[in-house]
Amino acid sequence: MDSRLITAIEVVVGVPAVLVLYIWSTERLLSFTSERWRRRIRPWLWLLPALGFLGFFLIYPTIRTIIRSFQSKNELAPEWVGLKNYRWFFTNSDALSALTNNVLWVVFLTLFVVGGGLLIAVLVDRVRYESIAKSVIFLPLAISMVAAGVIWKFMYDFKPPGTQQTGTLNAAIGGVGLGPVAWLQSPGWRLSTFAMIMIMVWMWTGFAMVIISAALKAIPLELLEAARVDGASEWQMFWRITFPLLGPTLAVVATTMIITSLKTFDIVYTLTNGNYDTDVIANLMVKEMFTFGDFGRASAVAVVLLLAIVPIMAFNIRRFRAQEAVR
Amino acid sequence: MMPRSFRLHRLVPAVAAFSLGVAALASCGGDDESSSSGDLNGKTVNVIGTWGGDEQKAFLQMVKPWEDQTGAKVKYTGTRDINTVLTTGVASGVLPDLAGLPGPGQMAEYAQSGALKPLDDVLDIQTYTSETAPALVQLGQTNGKTYGVFIKSAVKGLMWYSPKLHDYLASPPATWDDLMSQAKANQGNAKSIWCLGLESGAASGWPGTDWIEDLVLRTAGSDVYTQWYEGKIKWSDPQIKKAFDMYMSDVVANTYGGPKTAVATNFEAAGDPLFANPPGCEFLHQASFITGLGKFKSLEAGTDYNFFPFPDIDPQFAGSVSGAGDLFGMFHDTPAAKSLIKYLVTAPAQDIWVKIGGALSANKNATDYPDDISKRSAEILANAKTFVFDASDSMPTAMNDAFWKAMVALTNGSKSVDQVLADLDSAQADAYAS
Amino acid sequence: MTDAALPADSAATPAGTVLAPPAATTAVAQRTPRGRGPGRPILHIAIAIILIVWAVPTIGLLVSSFRPADELSTSGWWTAFAPPFHFTMQNYSDVLSQQGIGAAFVNSLFIAIPATIIPLFVAAVAAYAFAWMEFPGRDVLFVVVVGLLVVPLQTTLIPILKAFAQWGITGEFLAVWLAHTGYGLPFAIFLLRNFMGSLPRSVFEAAAIDGASHVTAFFRLAIPMCVPALAALAIFQFLFVWNDLLVALIYIGLANPDNLPLTATMANLVNSLGGGWYLLGAAAFLSMALPLVVFFALQRYFVRGIVGGAVKG
Repeated sequence: MDSRLITAIEVVVGVPAVLVLYIWSTERLLSFTSERWRRRIRPWLWLLPALGFLGFFLIYPTIRTIIRSFQSKNELAPEWVGLKNYRWFFTNSDALSALTNNVLWVVFLTLFVVGGGLLIAVLVDRVRYESIAKSVIFLPLAISMVAAGVIWKFMYDFKPPGTQQTGTLNAAIGGVGLGPVAWLQSPGWRLSTFAMIMIMVWMWTGFAMVIISAALKAIPLELLEAARVDGASEWQMFWRITFPLLGPTLAVVATTMIITSLKTFDIVYTLTNGNYDTDVIANLMVKEMFTFGDFGRASAVAVVLLLAIVPIMAFNIRRFRAQEAVR
Repeated sequence: MMPRSFRLHRLVPAVAAFSLGVAALASCGGDDESSSSGDLNGKTVNVIGTWGGDEQKAFLQMVKPWEDQTGAKVKYTGTRDINTVLTTGVASGVLPDLAGLPGPGQMAEYAQSGALKPLDDVLDIQTYTSETAPALVQLGQTNGKTYGVFIKSAVKGLMWYSPKLHDYLASPPATWDDLMSQAKANQGNAKSIWCLGLESGAASGWPGTDWIEDLVLRTAGSDVYTQWYEGKIKWSDPQIKKAFDMYMSDVVANTYGGPKTAVATNFEAAGDPLFANPPGCEFLHQASFITGLGKFKSLEAGTDYNFFPFPDIDPQFAGSVSGAGDLFGMFHDTPAAKSLIKYLVTAPAQDIWVKIGGALSANKNATDYPDDISKRSAEILANAKTFVFDASDSMPTAMNDAFWKAMVALTNGSKSVDQVLADLDSAQADAYAS
Repeated sequence: MTDAALPADSAATPAGTVLAPPAATTAVAQRTPRGRGPGRPILHIAIAIILIVWAVPTIGLLVSSFRPADELSTSGWWTAFAPPFHFTMQNYSDVLSQQGIGAAFVNSLFIAIPATIIPLFVAAVAAYAFAWMEFPGRDVLFVVVVGLLVVPLQTTLIPILKAFAQWGITGEFLAVWLAHTGYGLPFAIFLLRNFMGSLPRSVFEAAAIDGASHVTAFFRLAIPMCVPALAALAIFQFLFVWNDLLVALIYIGLANPDNLPLTATMANLVNSLGGGWYLLGAAAFLSMALPLVVFFALQRYFVRGIVGGAVKG
């Protein structure tokens, strides 16, 4: 048998087994200590594997990034330059334009994905062909970013007015006498940014739908039945029971989508690389880092990204405390 | 020469010691390499490059004879994220043996950091220099040492047309004015003079930079051209501005479908209107590699399409040609890697790719072109009075990126020539600073 | 039915009494107000419109993947349904004839399965601690973990690759298994902690009163109740890893291209100038097939009732 297969099987069976063994043996060890110490130490023992991974793969590189953001471009002999990289970011018109686009991404991608996911999850919950319907919405998420680029090339394609349109969208609006519009090449009103947001909405709504739908299934039927017996309409039941109960789930999805929007990179990179006023922070960062080799500036951009999520995290802390109080 | 010495080893391993001597005598290269070549059997060379699809197939075919002769194996990985992969690799010390390099700027950086190995003792430098265009040789050097070589090249700035509309083969336009007046005279039912397509995904804008480069080269000459990409003259300099003005008045103003179409059309499909009925345009300005792409690929060279060289503009700079190519370098100086890169620059090796089509060789002695069109473009490359490398590719990457972007904004009409040049001046101040 | 497993399982625990096994099953039978109300036709029409809008881009690609390359840029995909009906399997055979595609597919499986399972288990343990154990700084630590979601992958490549090189695991599957675990954990912990946190406290308190330890509560209550969330997470993580190119290229490709996954082979269909892009449609459908099978396989866990019965207390 292929030795790689043996390794893979070992990992698939071994990792859960090791974790179970780990939990079990820490519990054994804890049984020798007092109840007070057990309560204090146990959480950290349970968190240890995860914190180990996070510390190495994410926290350590991030600390490096923060330090690097105060240093100069050259990776061979970086010098301390203070806030120079940040000054560059906040005075460069391209960087500020990218920041503006990220605001659009955060607002609209989050809104459309969470709203769309909720709507679809609630609608398909009521029909018999639910699983087929969900599969159709989910499908785009399974498509790689490269393929999504090709798909939307067919959707947004532009041919000069008066010739046969090969893009689905331009052919459709041409049918009613409009267009054609160069969807991905129009800086005006940041149309191209919105065109790209729509691609991501198409891809990510399935993600929101799956999570929201799972939460929807967890709502106790007794609650809904009781409300129905009391004569509540579907609309009232949704707003008074379903929606509040979905609250935490919606917050999770919204938080994830806000972070996804902040990190938007692949789609912008593949389709326009930031041309036509579509640049975003993450694309700027990757360009500075790998194309221009300016690790100082790239790190500063990454730190800006980190700072941008502080308010969202603060909101999440408040939410947990509130959740803690009611459950 | 070298391949024969490898064969000797493989066929008569028992008398390896004897054949070593023979090989050393027979080989034109240094004898230290050929003596180690006997050990290559079973060795692998990891190669990372940007080539994919048909290019990848061609490259693998190109290394096949070397593999057969040495018994070594080439493991090739193609990626379009070569910048990310190599920057990460150099910074962390995990590198392939050989790699396609993103550009001269990165080559210099990698060489400075010690990651890239000099090739002066690996190649037979004298033969390499004599067989390769000086501009290409120079581009592969930094700090007086050779770090990069070219495996294939391309001629930029050819004018493609459909002979069915008018055949320029017998008397191609000699000057720019001649071209413009002939274009008017032979327009027939073609809708416009130029076909233009700037869209190219992450690299959108580069076909526009090629236009500017060809115009600068022929209105201001190769000296100004060199100063320009070295960042020694400003973009707003009248000599450079002239090219931008010409691009706007002669090209963009006469382009098929207008500016909006130009920025939204992929460069690969830009030539499609040449072959439409009625034709959308008369000419497409594009490099020699277009014959391997889009519609050109399925059409018949010579009958469906043909080209003439970019006409001269200022007579004192007549005979200037710009071109491009893919730099190739070595990160690990293993015997197998050395042997492979030595093989790749030779004429017999490059002839293999040339024969497959879609590429011009970097080695002047590789001339096995499959058709008249590629043979003629190779001749342009070989006979050029002054041959210069693509200016935008020679600029620092940040400058190159700004140049691409500027061409899109300019063509689109969202910025004027003066605005664009002011932007590029400030980008220049930043990009050449470090 | 899948939810039948839970009552049996939970009956074995001391906390089984809080669950309402039979009620849950009967509720499932008559769960939704199907076939009721005046809005039914509107509902169906609305769903139909949404589905069509969502499916059109994919259908466009599907149709295009069967069309000859030179027609793709000159006519819209819908024109294929009119004479002369030009269809071809050429794109698919070109993709499938790509050198090493079979090995790459196997590599993708080797990479994706462990890289899905490891983070799932590590995250579940951590999420339980965040949800049901008290310790100082819990909320802040959790938010920091979630905040790590925003760390751009690209900033981690160099230090991690350096470390991997020191450990001598570059080019091996282990490198990407570990890396994907690290990168996938913030979201996994986030999702699971929220799911576990929304389970009713009474269940766990009752379990504690009955003498169940955290270990029992975790394995007998939290894990079974989180099956839908775990299934959803498994799908997302699998998709993320399956479609990943960058992580594989850096940690595997630089040192040992033989272990590269399918995405690398697919990306190589296109040449350095973008030629050959029309093959990507066929490639997309071929590489999408497996994730969709995973989705269908796990979709049966997204049914009402798995957790439903537990919430009564």
